[in-house]
Amino acid sequence: MTTANTIQDFTDQEYKWGFITEVDEDRIPKGLNEDVVRLISSKKEEPEFMLQWRLKAYRHWVSLERSQSEPKWAHIKYPPIDYQNIVYYSAPKQKPGRTSLDEVDPEILKAYEKLGISLGEQKRLSGVAVDAVFDSVSVATTFKEKLAEKGVIFCSFSEAVRKHPALIEKYLGSVVPYTDNFFATLNAAVFSDGSFVYVPKGVRCPMELSTYFRINAADTGQFERTLIIAEEGASVSYLEGCTAPVRDENQLHAAVVELVALDYAQIKYSTVQNWYPGDKQGKGGIYNFVTKRGKCLGKNSKISWTQVETGSAITWKYPSCILIGDNSIGEFYSVALTNNYQQADTGTKMIHIGKNTRSTVVAKGISAGFGQNTYRGQVKIMKGATGARNYTQCDSLLIGDKCGAHTFPYIEVRNGSAQMEHEASTSKVGEDQIFYLRQRGLSAEEAVSMIINGFCKQVFRELPMEFAVEAQKLLSVSLKGAWGKDGHAGNPQSTREYQSSGDSEGD
Amino acid sequence: MAAVTQVAELGSYVEAFRELEQRTIRQPDWLRSMRRDAFARFCDAGFPTTKDEDWRFTNVAAIARGSFAAAAAGNSRLTMEELQPFRIPGAACRLVFVNGHFEPELSDKASCPPAVEAGSLAGALARNPETLNPHLGRYLNTQRDSFCCLNTAFLEDGAYVRIAKGTVVEAPLHLLFVFIGAGEPLMAHPRNLLIAEPDTQVDIVEEHVSLAEGIFFSNVVTELVAQENAVLSHHMIERENREAFHVSTLRIQAARNANVRSHSVLTGGALVRNNIHPVLSGEGAECLINGLFIGDGHQHMDNYMLLEHASPHCSSRQFYNGILDGEAHGVFHGRIIVHKDAQKTDAKQTNRNLLLSDSAQIDTKPQLEIYADDVKCTHGATIGQIDEEALFYLRTRGLKEGSARQLLLFAFAGECLERIAPGAARTYIERIIHQSLPSRVRPFSGGGLEMDRHWEEVG
Repeated sequence: MTTANTIQDFTDQEYKWGFITEVDEDRIPKGLNEDVVRLISSKKEEPEFMLQWRLKAYRHWVSLERSQSEPKWAHIKYPPIDYQNIVYYSAPKQKPGRTSLDEVDPEILKAYEKLGISLGEQKRLSGVAVDAVFDSVSVATTFKEKLAEKGVIFCSFSEAVRKHPALIEKYLGSVVPYTDNFFATLNAAVFSDGSFVYVPKGVRCPMELSTYFRINAADTGQFERTLIIAEEGASVSYLEGCTAPVRDENQLHAAVVELVALDYAQIKYSTVQNWYPGDKQGKGGIYNFVTKRGKCLGKNSKISWTQVETGSAITWKYPSCILIGDNSIGEFYSVALTNNYQQADTGTKMIHIGKNTRSTVVAKGISAGFGQNTYRGQVKIMKGATGARNYTQCDSLLIGDKCGAHTFPYIEVRNGSAQMEHEASTSKVGEDQIFYLRQRGLSAEEAVSMIINGFCKQVFRELPMEFAVEAQKLLSVSLKGAWGKDGHAGNPQSTREYQSSGDSEGD
Repeated sequence: MAAVTQVAELGSYVEAFRELEQRTIRQPDWLRSMRRDAFARFCDAGFPTTKDEDWRFTNVAAIARGSFAAAAAGNSRLTMEELQPFRIPGAACRLVFVNGHFEPELSDKASCPPAVEAGSLAGALARNPETLNPHLGRYLNTQRDSFCCLNTAFLEDGAYVRIAKGTVVEAPLHLLFVFIGAGEPLMAHPRNLLIAEPDTQVDIVEEHVSLAEGIFFSNVVTELVAQENAVLSHHMIERENREAFHVSTLRIQAARNANVRSHSVLTGGALVRNNIHPVLSGEGAECLINGLFIGDGHQHMDNYMLLEHASPHCSSRQFYNGILDGEAHGVFHGRIIVHKDAQKTDAKQTNRNLLLSDSAQIDTKPQLEIYADDVKCTHGATIGQIDEEALFYLRTRGLKEGSARQLLLFAFAGECLERIAPGAARTYIERIIHQSLPSRVRPFSGGGLEMDRHWEEVG
């Protein structure tokens, strides 16, 4: 787990994904109005129903903006966003009618290569199908043919709109309607691309599906939309990763993810979010305002969210499950890390509607530097959800005395047969634990890395294998500089023991 | 903040406030301007709505809509016999307030130690207002809460207790707030100021009861000051009738090494909101907040806790148990804020709820807000039913289902009881819990006789 390399990572590494790729961009002018929405829709060659849907969303958004309905309740602070100062569409220029990888701009391929995501041949060995989204458009999707054999559709959202309009029309906005919230409405109006997955009845998707999002252009917002549909008895595992270049100004990322699971279907959605977090003084970075929601429509269906949130200046996201089908299951596993001036307000919503629905929430927050980390979660048992069961655990780890960790759970029970457990703890990394590891020969950095990885283990083990390793590394890199060489963070006298998650209930 | 309720509805308050101003024209300026400021703020903010985060689960529209007359003083028809059931054996004193006003005739201060000054706030304000100036209204946060504003605006009477330095009072002080009907809906805003000087020890029981049917809105504020090394227990018992609206705020200021324990038992009322707001302002202060709420029918019980750790080396414990039956709605809102300098904080919060019927509702919101790093904070919340396995075990030992359920319920309630130090106050509270529990076992009341015997065994 911990090697000499990790120490190096701890002390030296900056945000290494911060390079800028020089490609010709096709971008529209800054600002947002009805024409921009129409322009985006026409650029994507969308059918009429899409344009109408976008326009409805745009008009709704205008009314929301006028009534100043941008959500303000989260425990985050940021200056007002000028929505007219954002480029809503930017795409790398390309030849029309691109059909294979060979026609993708080599600069872009190089960029992805640099990020460790090869879209080319060698990746075939690892068996992960990748959809790569560069600024506003999807540039390549691998393994399409192989997936098509099984009947699985995995393509960019715009392609799906063109090729499978019936599916889109049926499911688009069925989980996150365009009226859902300020940012979801904005996304509905201007979203440019994203991924679309459809797994037909009874099919177990033969490989992991993955989307890689990259913001490259300056002054742009990224608004992607992902829709995953698992038909009866289908199952799929989907991963997403994201990075952005280092820029001084804040960039807005407002995505929407919708999952639909029918009878006996399973969807596993994993995220490793590593947008540019801003520099040490809190300058720049991505505002990550994302709406993610899954609907367990069918009986015995299951949706599982796993997220590792290390990037972004501000994270505002609550991957949620609406458990409609009887016996359906919702899961949420999260590690959120805030260092320097990062802020995160993240958590989940579990809405129990069907009978015997179950949900599990495990959230781990780590705050260092001046970071503010908030868990905000809601578990709601509706009247008809007889026999509902929920287990929630959220733990926070504090490193340094300038950061904050907050927990805001909401538990609302409308049915007497529900069983709910919620526990949370907040503590710091124990001096005695570090002392113990150091006397076994580990350096302070290694010790901290080991303790933190132990703290997050419950979540990491839910990640697909390749991502789990990646996530561990990412965590130690993101914590770079948070821990002094002597193994102290700000307050050297501390003796309090770090409470492991298990005994937080105590009695 | 609170959305503005229809101003017209505040009309009755405006009138009552004018009358109060007339009555209190001789009082010192600081007090009158405090009232006026608070009233202005109340008129500004109006009653909170469910859009207000702190009132998300509690709709006070019934209070906002209601028109309440201010209860007048001095027309009590109560006799000592009628108050007999509300006597704590061996209490150091009992101060009786009828419809919010002090009744010296019904009060008993015979065995009150000389170092304890206990009486009415109105009396203290008339005699010597300047000694109250440094404390009265100095702790309460009227910026956040309209009900606190309203109480401060109508600040007139209530209990005033001051324990002189170094005094240990072994018997509890009993503050009894009695409501008697008057045909029309009444309101009262009792204001209590309890000051425990350094190195003192005292138990205080604050009890709210009604001796009549009828709608009553009591909006109580208690400011409790625990100075250095004071050891103080506050017991709040709320058992008013099923039409009563009760909003109560306990503001605790704990100085260095003070030890404050707050126990609440809520069984009555139609809509009850119990705010507890301790601030651990001195190093090494300790605080226990212990509560039990038992609701059925259409009762609504909201427990709102805001615990501030403002100094290092403080510890706090919160334990709240709820038992809900019928269509009762329970709310637990526990918030712990650890301020930047409050290193070495040790805070723990536990909320456990039992739902006995399908229609009972519970909303719980345990929150941690932490700005210091060297802390140990945990919170836990559970919601469930009576443990079927425990029930099965008891039945194998020969208990009837009804008795077994009662035993388990009492054990659940007993967790709170056990945290109260043994003594006259605890015995008194134990009796109240006994009285309010048995009827809660709905379909299984397998024979009253057998149940009665069983309670004797437990007691």
